[in-house]
Amino acid sequence: MGNKQTIFTAQQLDSYQDCTYFTRKEILRLFDRYRDLAPQLVPLDYTCQPDVKLPYELIGSMPELKDNPFRQRIAEVFSDDGEGNMTLDDFLDMFSVLSEMAPRDLKAYYAFKIYDFNNDDFLCKSDLEKTLNKLTRNELTEDEVRMVCEKVIDESDLDNDGRLSLEDFQTMIVRAPDFLSTFHIRI
Amino acid sequence: MTRDSLITSENDVDIGLEFEGLEDEVDTFQEEHERERHRGKRRDGERAKKKKRGNGERRKRASNAGQEEEKLQARREKKGRRKRSSSDQQAEGREGDEAEQPTTKSSKAAKTRKNVKNEKTRKVEKEEKEDEADDEERNAKRKKKHGSNNKEENVEDGNKHTVKEKAGEVKKKKHKKVVETSSEKETSEEEDSEEEDSEEKEVRPETLTPEELETLKEAVDERKKLIQGLRGKPWAMKKKLVTLRESQEFVEKYEGALGKGKGRKLYAYKVMMTKKWMKFKRDFENFKTACIPWEMKIKEIESHFGSSVASYFIFLRWMYGINMILFCLTFGLVMVPEALMGRPYGTIPRKTVPRAEAPSAMDFAVLWDFGGYAQYSVLFYGYYNNQRAIGWLKFRMPLSYFLVGVGTVAYSYMVVIRTMARNANESGVGDDNSFNFSWKMFTSWDYLIGNPETADNKFASITTIFKEAILEEQESRKDDNIHLTRFLRVLANFLVLCCLAGSGYLIYFVVRRSQKFALDGLENHTWWERNEVNMVMSLLGMFCPMLFDVISALENYHPRVALQWQLGRIFALFLGNLYTFIIALMDEINLKREEEKIVKFNITTWEASLYNISASENSTAPPVTIQPADVPRGPCWETMVGQEFVRLMISDTMTTYITLLIGDFLRAVLVRFLNYCWCWDLEAGFPSYSEFDVSGNVLGLIFNQGMIWMGAFYAPCLPALNLLRLHVSMYLQCWAVMCCNVPQERVFKASGSNNFYMAMLLVILFLSTLPAIYTIVTIPPSFDCGPFSGKKHMFDVIQETLESDFPAWISKVFSSASNPGLVLPFILLMVLAIYYLQSTSKSYKEANVDLKKKLQTQNEENKKKNKLAALKAQMDLEEARKATSPSAEHQKNNNASPDQEADEEEDRGRGQRMYHSQNGRSPPPPRHDGYLPATRAPVPRNYHHGNQGSAGYLPGFPRESEARMHRVSSLQRH
Repeated sequence: MGNKQTIFTAQQLDSYQDCTYFTRKEILRLFDRYRDLAPQLVPLDYTCQPDVKLPYELIGSMPELKDNPFRQRIAEVFSDDGEGNMTLDDFLDMFSVLSEMAPRDLKAYYAFKIYDFNNDDFLCKSDLEKTLNKLTRNELTEDEVRMVCEKVIDESDLDNDGRLSLEDFQTMIVRAPDFLSTFHIRI
Repeated sequence: MTRDSLITSENDVDIGLEFEGLEDEVDTFQEEHERERHRGKRRDGERAKKKKRGNGERRKRASNAGQEEEKLQARREKKGRRKRSSSDQQAEGREGDEAEQPTTKSSKAAKTRKNVKNEKTRKVEKEEKEDEADDEERNAKRKKKHGSNNKEENVEDGNKHTVKEKAGEVKKKKHKKVVETSSEKETSEEEDSEEEDSEEKEVRPETLTPEELETLKEAVDERKKLIQGLRGKPWAMKKKLVTLRESQEFVEKYEGALGKGKGRKLYAYKVMMTKKWMKFKRDFENFKTACIPWEMKIKEIESHFGSSVASYFIFLRWMYGINMILFCLTFGLVMVPEALMGRPYGTIPRKTVPRAEAPSAMDFAVLWDFGGYAQYSVLFYGYYNNQRAIGWLKFRMPLSYFLVGVGTVAYSYMVVIRTMARNANESGVGDDNSFNFSWKMFTSWDYLIGNPETADNKFASITTIFKEAILEEQESRKDDNIHLTRFLRVLANFLVLCCLAGSGYLIYFVVRRSQKFALDGLENHTWWERNEVNMVMSLLGMFCPMLFDVISALENYHPRVALQWQLGRIFALFLGNLYTFIIALMDEINLKREEEKIVKFNITTWEASLYNISASENSTAPPVTIQPADVPRGPCWETMVGQEFVRLMISDTMTTYITLLIGDFLRAVLVRFLNYCWCWDLEAGFPSYSEFDVSGNVLGLIFNQGMIWMGAFYAPCLPALNLLRLHVSMYLQCWAVMCCNVPQERVFKASGSNNFYMAMLLVILFLSTLPAIYTIVTIPPSFDCGPFSGKKHMFDVIQETLESDFPAWISKVFSSASNPGLVLPFILLMVLAIYYLQSTSKSYKEANVDLKKKLQTQNEENKKKNKLAALKAQMDLEEARKATSPSAEHQKNNNASPDQEADEEEDRGRGQRMYHSQNGRSPPPPRHDGYLPATRAPVPRNYHHGNQGSAGYLPGFPRESEARMHRVSSLQRH
């Protein structure tokens, strides 16, 4: 522990604890995980806030994300630059949101962003199609995909604009029985 | 207007800085000083003096430059100083906050660049105007600081505003970076002013009125709330950190002032404890989920075969759990105490193999039939002694035996009914099918998956789920010839009835035959004839469901409905079989009891003769010791019943396993390897691989459980055997399903039929406890075996315990409680309660349906409304467009190609800056005026966004867009 304490100041650790759903230990563990991705890039001293970013290729190769069809989107949404390159802050942020402790609303907000492939603040048909194809590895026929997307919009689009806004998405997702249990990553 | 002027001045800052450098620093300090003084009430005069001095300085400097430029410069500088000072303070407030500084700087840099652009378009007059505005603003600020009450309100205002703004930013996340940082900056600026105020307050806390304290308290609480909820805010970490620091500073400052910090330690402790508690809960949950057995196996199956096959295995696991509890009860409270503390084997006749059977008692064939040593062991009812208390613990064996029997049934009822209620609840809530596809799309991926194989399975299972849903959707749309279907359905039901009647007759016939064989003596018959009943029952259970399956193809039901029909039919079949079996057993019990009477009579004569012999030989001689194996004994019908059930269960298990091996495994192997040398494609054609038959398996399980419930009282080993069987079938079936079954062509979710299974289980439970209870209550126990031997009824053990082990008043209470005068009203009350509950639940259901309908109609109405609103808005927009089209055309001339213009301007701006730095001049050429609206407009609008509320405490300064437009147009006029 004595060695690790030099990574962050006590104040930093406290603020990280206030800003995430992690305990001190978990934050340090997450730092270790982060550093393990690229030991040569990440310094062991974060007290002076070095500006280090890990490229998406490294983030996406984590075993927790490796098999996730939405890994690229996750990295993009949580990274500051929107391209999946993550600083430690982004990294902590990501796992905080995806932790079990995060509330439903927060998760729903980020889930919406993850599924919003073209970043236009709406889930339109192309987003849905992309989501579906990623989920099924393109094993559904075009007709089936189209039908499912139509059904989804038909079900959840409350304001009838042919696409899902964040509000639509939230009203739909808060009633989903297993959203909370599936939308988290244990690290 | 003030906003704009502020912005302009802010923009000017940097440029001014560029020019002045050191001098400016000095000025800044002065300015700061000045401002600090402003805050006092009596400083007006001084301030005026200072201002004059500043003006003088300005003038001095101004004399260096040309007239017009001088003026401009001075203005700019003045404002620059003000702004600079504020930003300096900002920096102070955030010392050590490295994260924020670069942002601020970068945004400043961005602004500088923009300023250059703006600058050249600025006019002297406008500057003057702004200056005026600035002065006014100052006045306003001064005024504001005079009244402390006012000030307090402002603090509150600002604070609220900050919070609101932060909330607002959640939505505005997509705004440009510049805007965000600027708004951040504004926020912190406001905070700075607040902090300044707070410093003041801390100096003079006695001046605070209770109201102020109240507002302050609220502000602090709000901050605290913000800190607490910070982790739940969807912001980037950087922003969270900044906000956290600011809020913490704020809270610390004010908490001290309020004296609220005393409880801080307690508070911190509380926070820590809640955190610990949460962590413990989470760990416990993790542990609990880790404790669920076969989760991965089931997940694997689920991903391959869909949820319906998995539901069978989940059901199997659930059964395993129940049987585990039953096993613990019987094993821990009956078998182990008897084995450890009861009299050992061979001490009394009921615990000894009779002499006649002794030679073959260890034969495997006999043991396999649960005869011989197995019969005279703790496994069966007859072995138990009727000694009231055994061992040094004085364990009440007969009582325990009875209570365990009752407890087993009671526990099973409780579990089944509770599960049913929960299922009903879940289906009541999850019945909401309105987001079926959406949920499937957005919540089906399990983010926990971190294993490529599992991921593959998950992909497969998601695809299956979607196919299921699509198929279901299409099924619901399908429409067919209704007469033909009806005819076919009637025909199918007729055929099924024929099957049931046939099987019933077959069993009846076989049972009658077996009775005849039993009368003849079993030794004269073949193995088949001896085991005919069990075998026939097992075979019927194996083949009839297949027949039903074929028949149900006629009916053309929706698969889920078809499944339920199928289940119902198999249920009827099994029930019929079981009850014929029970009837046969009852006959046998009666036979045994007749036999018992004879034996009893014989024994008394035998004992008498024995006594006579010993008495006549020698009165002083020790009594003849008779080996317990030689003592004649009754047939003990309880053990016989137990044996029958155990045998039935064993044969059932064997048939299941053998069917599995032959029907699934062998078939799969044949199909797989004979396919190389066969004339048609075996895999795709006739035999193919088998599918997993969910309904048949579930029913098999249910009936197996029924047998356990029925027989557990007479054979305490039954739960243990069943546990073994379930354990083996779990692995065997998991293996079989993964290796030799193919996914069903039509995969359907079984969740809908979950409660159907449960209902059947409940019915079976009731039907199986019925005969057991009947035998326990009505038939007197055997006289020479079992824990209740010598009693008239088995339940007499309760009375005996009450009388001898409890104080007298308890037995009195019980006896008076069992008085019909009390029991009858009680039953009446229960009936009334049931009636009441049922009627209320009915009305709730109706209300529920009503509410659902209302919700739906409201939703539809909302949709319509929204549509209308959208249409209206569109119309309005078009009208507005039409109305403004002339002016738009007019403007078109001015800014024909904004992009190009912007480029041009940037170039010009660059040139201008150079020009500036060289000459210190700022002559925006008048011909650029026309471009002003195009270039300037975005900047103020952005700021406007960020600061919506902050101008709220500058009354008298309209900040509506009209004002801006007005100004713009006035500029345009020039």
